[in-house]
Amino acid sequence: MRIEDHPILTYPRRRLVTFTFDGQEMTGYEGEPIAAALHDAGVRVLRESPKLHRPRGFYCAIGNCSSCLMRVDGKPNVRVCVEELKEGMTVETQKGKGDLLAEL
Amino acid sequence: MLSYEIAVIGGGPAGLCAAISAAAAGASVALIEKDRHLGGQLVKQTHMFFGSKAQFASTRGIDIADILSRQCEELKNITVLLGATVLGYYDDQVLTIEQDNKVQRVKADCLVVATGASEKVLPFPNNDLPGIYGAGAVQTLMNVYGVKPADRVLMVGAGNIGLIVSYQLLQAHVKVAGIIEAAKHIGGYLVHASKIRRAGVPIMTGYTIKKAYGERKVEGAIVWQLDDRWQPIPGTELDIPVDAVCLAVGLTPMGELLWQAGCQMIYVPQLGGHVPFRKATLETTVPGIYVAGDVAGVEEASSAMVEGRLAGLAAARRLGYHNADWENKYQDALQQLMALRSGPVGEKICSGLKCVVV
Repeated sequence: MRIEDHPILTYPRRRLVTFTFDGQEMTGYEGEPIAAALHDAGVRVLRESPKLHRPRGFYCAIGNCSSCLMRVDGKPNVRVCVEELKEGMTVETQKGKGDLLAEL
Repeated sequence: MLSYEIAVIGGGPAGLCAAISAAAAGASVALIEKDRHLGGQLVKQTHMFFGSKAQFASTRGIDIADILSRQCEELKNITVLLGATVLGYYDDQVLTIEQDNKVQRVKADCLVVATGASEKVLPFPNNDLPGIYGAGAVQTLMNVYGVKPADRVLMVGAGNIGLIVSYQLLQAHVKVAGIIEAAKHIGGYLVHASKIRRAGVPIMTGYTIKKAYGERKVEGAIVWQLDDRWQPIPGTELDIPVDAVCLAVGLTPMGELLWQAGCQMIYVPQLGGHVPFRKATLETTVPGIYVAGDVAGVEEASSAMVEGRLAGLAAARRLGYHNADWENKYQDALQQLMALRSGPVGEKICSGLKCVVV
């Protein structure tokens, strides 16, 4: 959910763009972190841990902790808390360790 | 390869002030920031700062970020590199930087490392569930991006961050079920604690989190009381239904680059973790590498700004930029730091600094 009436802040928002999360169409504001758009849409689980397959979300939201790694446009291990949302992105839950070589 | 006299790594309060003071003294400066904007964590600080006028007291953090960014833009001898992550530092004074998926090299005679700190985690069962967030993370989500982080939150930690973020959650129309604090006393300023209590949020001291629960995300947390020896007391458990647990349990310096550059480091709990030995000028054991802000010891943004000024001045002087004004500015910065650390909160910092200033 978005905050619309804040006592101190106003939010400069760019245009709404469409992207997909695990095949499902969603919208978010261009340039905001992918994680922000997903959170607004109610998505909390961003990846599955490699060994125990436990659900994981973001933790630090500023690109430090690597809890939020997802597959974006086929590329694994993208920190979605700092990756900017663009029109038409394909965002997918990451399962296990991403393999960069598998993409080549 | 680009070449500068000083490279400042990190565009938060410390890095901004380091770049400004070094450039004002005459040096050519590269300010390298991994984010797409300057300001570091100031960009989410909606509260007004304390301290004195020299550290922007009564000004909100978000506005301080704007003021410092503008000062930076006005100085023509500062080059700002945004979206640029420093990957490493090499013996021939070369930094490797990733920017827009390209690696480039930057040569600098001096470094000011102002990389800040990261949020600590607390060990308890299910602390990896989605919905367990750093307190700074929810602050970023709601104050920078305008997304409501949760409906009802449990805050763990009654230091200044726990107290301030709880208040900011209320401003964003999020319910705060309570703040728990393992210590017997509230760690943060009482002015913040009073505001929270007036808003009807309970602050429970002597409590810690036993576990979080939930199917695929947080649905609640069990908290329990601690005795005088910090041991949990069975039978005191309380079940608090929430959809997020915020951990405000401190920060730890991000000194990776200092380790890699060979700076001598030491573990100092009062400063949040491993920090570099440094002179009063904030120069580390590697000549020409300076530190400022939380990476030098977790403190607060006001002192980070002053440390930035100090390190920027010292680095400029090392390169030969020294005029009549320099000494005044340097002494002024030292005085400001002493004043900021003079209160009861400063005692802990000062005891930590005794271990690292050589």
